[in-house]
Amino acid sequence: MTKAIFQTESSGFESGPIEELRSNHPEVTFKLFEPIAGPVQHVATVEVDRLVEFVSSAKDTGFAMFVDLCGVDYLRRDPRFEVVITLLSIDPPERLRIEVPVPAAAPVLPSISGIFAGANFYERETFDLFGIEFSDHPDLTRILLPDDWEGHPLRKDYSVGSVPVQFKEAYKTT
Amino acid sequence: MSETPDHTTGPVQTSITELSEDALVSGGVDEEQPDLHDVWISGTEEPAWITDATDEGAQEILSDLSDSALAVQRGTVISDDYVIDDTADEEERQIINLGPQHPSTHGVLRLQLELEGETIRRVKPIIGYLHTGMEKTAESLTFLQGATNVTRMDYLAPFHNELCYSLAVEQLLGVEIPPRAQAIRVLMSELNRISSHLLWLATQGMDIGAISMMLYGWREREAVLSFFEQVTGLRMNHDYIRPGGVAADLPDGWEEEVADLLVAIPEGVDEYEEILNENPIFIDRTQGVGVITREECLAFGVSGPIARASGVDWDLRKAFPYSGIDRYTFEVPTGTHGDVWDRYLVRMEEIRQSLGIVSQVLESMPPGDYRTEDRKVTPPPRQRINESMEALIHHFKVFTEGFKVPEGEVWQSVESPRGELGMYLVSKGEAKPWRLHVRAPSFAAVQALPMMLTDSLVADMIATLASTDPVLGDVDR
Amino acid sequence: MATPSQPPGFLFTTLAKGVNWARTRSMWPATFGLACCAIEMMATGAAHNDLARFGMEVFRASPRQADLMIVAGRVSQKMAPVLRQVYDQMPEPKWVISMGACASTGGMFNNYALVQGVDQIVPVDMYVPGCPPGPQSLMHGILSLQEKIMSGEIIRPIVRI
Repeated sequence: MTKAIFQTESSGFESGPIEELRSNHPEVTFKLFEPIAGPVQHVATVEVDRLVEFVSSAKDTGFAMFVDLCGVDYLRRDPRFEVVITLLSIDPPERLRIEVPVPAAAPVLPSISGIFAGANFYERETFDLFGIEFSDHPDLTRILLPDDWEGHPLRKDYSVGSVPVQFKEAYKTT
Repeated sequence: MSETPDHTTGPVQTSITELSEDALVSGGVDEEQPDLHDVWISGTEEPAWITDATDEGAQEILSDLSDSALAVQRGTVISDDYVIDDTADEEERQIINLGPQHPSTHGVLRLQLELEGETIRRVKPIIGYLHTGMEKTAESLTFLQGATNVTRMDYLAPFHNELCYSLAVEQLLGVEIPPRAQAIRVLMSELNRISSHLLWLATQGMDIGAISMMLYGWREREAVLSFFEQVTGLRMNHDYIRPGGVAADLPDGWEEEVADLLVAIPEGVDEYEEILNENPIFIDRTQGVGVITREECLAFGVSGPIARASGVDWDLRKAFPYSGIDRYTFEVPTGTHGDVWDRYLVRMEEIRQSLGIVSQVLESMPPGDYRTEDRKVTPPPRQRINESMEALIHHFKVFTEGFKVPEGEVWQSVESPRGELGMYLVSKGEAKPWRLHVRAPSFAAVQALPMMLTDSLVADMIATLASTDPVLGDVDR
Repeated sequence: MATPSQPPGFLFTTLAKGVNWARTRSMWPATFGLACCAIEMMATGAAHNDLARFGMEVFRASPRQADLMIVAGRVSQKMAPVLRQVYDQMPEPKWVISMGACASTGGMFNNYALVQGVDQIVPVDMYVPGCPPGPQSLMHGILSLQEKIMSGEIIRPIVRI
C-alpha cells in the first residue's frame, strides 16, 4: 500500500499557471499533495494581509473560476482557524488551494467578493458557521441559520446540540 | 324573468324571447349598422360579416401594417415600453416573497423579489430553511458511517455524494479500488445522472405548464429507481458506495435489467424531444430566458449543465477523471446562448451520453471483487467470520470503532448532475473526520440566480429557476 | 329491484359515517415538500403509483384549500415557524401526516439545526416510517389515516381548562 505524501517542493508542471504564480510570489509557500488516485493538489499558504493581492494575481494568471471557500477550526492550534479557498483554471485544468491561517483573537480577513463575486455567499456561510468576519463584505449577515441565532455551530467548542432520545417505556430512575 | 334588473348593467331592456328570428339573422335590431357580435344560426343565410375594419381581437392581419407593427400584432415581440428609472417612487416598487413554501421553488428556497410592474428589478435568494447541520453531524460519525450522512445532501444524486466522499477518504487512506468496484461506481453514478435529469425534465415541464412532462419524466425515472432498489435495497439515500468499494455486488440478472433500461430510456427521451422540440409554447418560454454568460458562470462558480449551456467546455470527468471514467468514451455537450433552452438541450444530450457510458460498462464489466482487499477498511468475508473469532472481532471493530485515516487535507470533486460537487476533508489521524466541507453545486447556482433573473419578467422567473435545477438539501446541507 | 315494501332510492346511515366518508374520499393534501421525502411524495402522486386512486392527487399549493399536511422531510429550526404558520392557515378539519424519520423524530440528524420531531410544533395524526418512506409506505399511511377518520368523531371536543 502506497501512502499519500505531502511535498514542500512543488514539481510536476514546468510551465503553467501554478509555476507562473510561484515565480511571481516567492514569499508564498507552495506545497504539493500527491494522492494515490486523482490529480496532484497544489496548496499555497498565504498570510491574511497578502490575501487580496495574491487572489487577484491568481485570477490574472489563469485561475478564473471560483470554486469554494470554507473555514476550518483547528482547536488548540495557533492560529486556530483556517480559511480555505479553492480556485480552478479551466485551460490547462489545474486546481489551486489557498490556505489562510486566521488567529482566534481577531478572526478577520479581507473579503475577496470584490474579485470573485461568487465568494459572497461562501463568506457569509463561513461567517455564519465559524464567526470569521470578512471586512469590506457587502452584506455580512447570517445565511443558513436564523438571524437571531447565538453562537457559531461549526466551531469545535460549540456542542452538536443533540437531544437525548426519550423512550416512553423507559425505566425511570426516580 | 325578463323584468329582473341586472345589477351590473342596469335593467334589462330587451329579453331574448322578444327578439324574432328575423332580427337574429339579420344582425340585431338595426339593419343599417350590423353589430360585430352577430349571431349566426347555422342553416340560415350567413350574415354579411365585416372583415376589413375589425379591431376586436385582431383576427384580421391588415395589409397596410408595417413589419414591426405586424410583429407586435401577432405577439412575436413584446415591446417593453418600461424605462429604467432609478429615481422611481418607492410606491411604484413592491417586494414580493416567493417561498419558502411554494410549489415551484423546488424545495424551501425563498426569493425576495423587488418588482416594478411585471419586471423583476432585484432578487435576493434567502436560504437556510433546510439547514440540517450535516457538516457538524459528519464530525461525529466514523468514516464508514459518513456515507450515510452525505447521501442525504443532494437527494436527487445520492450516488454522486457517496462517490465523492468515498474518493476523498480513499485519497487519504491510499487503498486501491478493484476494477469491478470502479465500474460499478461508474454504472450507478451515470444511471443516477439519468434519473436526476429525468426528474429535472419532469419538474421543468410542470413549472411552465406541461403537466404531461411531469408524468412522463417520472415514468422513466421509476424504471431507474427500481433498478437502484434491486441493487441497493433503497430507492433513494442508498449508502451503497462506501470507502473501500461498494456495499454489495450487483444482483444476479443485473445485465438484463440494465439492458432493458437501455432500451426504455432512449425511447422515452425520443418521445420527450418529439413533444418539446417543436412545441411553440415551450420554445417561447425557454429561448432567450434566464441568460447567464460564460464570465458570470466562472465568477460565480456555476458549473455543470448551466455552465456548459453558456459555452464553458468543462466537465470534471474529462478534466480530472475519477473512478476510471476515462476508460469510457463520451462527449461533453455545450451550448452557446446560456438560456433555459440551451440548458434543456445540454441535459437531454447528457442523458444520451450517460446511456452510452452505461452501455459501455455493461459490455466491459470486469470480474473480481467489489471492494478492496485491504483488511483495514473491509471486514473479513462471511466464511472467515464463521471460522475465526479474530475475524469476528475484527468485523465488529470495523463497524463500531471504524478505522483510522491518516492525517491530511484533501479536496475531491466529482461531476454531479448539477455541476461540480466538491468535498474538503480534513483528517487528524482519527476514526472520525475533523472537518468535512461540502461545496454544493446548487449553492453556487442559487447564488447566481440574481444574474439570470434581474430585469426579466416575473413569468420567466419560474422557468429560469427550474432550469437551474436546485436541490435545497444540497444548498443548505 | 324495488318492491312495494322497499321504496327505491333510499340509503340509511348515520350522520357521522356520512360526514367521515365525505371527508376521507376527497382529502386534498397541501404541498409541503421539504427534503428527500418530498421526492417520494411526488412519486406517489405521479404516474407509477397514482395517488388519484384514493381521490387525493389534488396537491394544493395554498394551505387554505387543503385538508391534509404531509410534512415530507426534515424540519429545521428556521423552517419551524413557517410550518406552524402554514398549519394555522389550513381550515378545519385538518390532519397532519409526518412522513419519514426526520419529520417524526429528527432521524439520524440529532443536532442543533433540526427540530427533533414535527410533533413538537403541530399535532400529528399519522407517522410514516422510513428514510425515505417509499410510495407504498406513504399510501399505507394515508389509508390508515382514512381508517382513523372513519372511526372517529366528526366534531372536535372542546376542552375547557
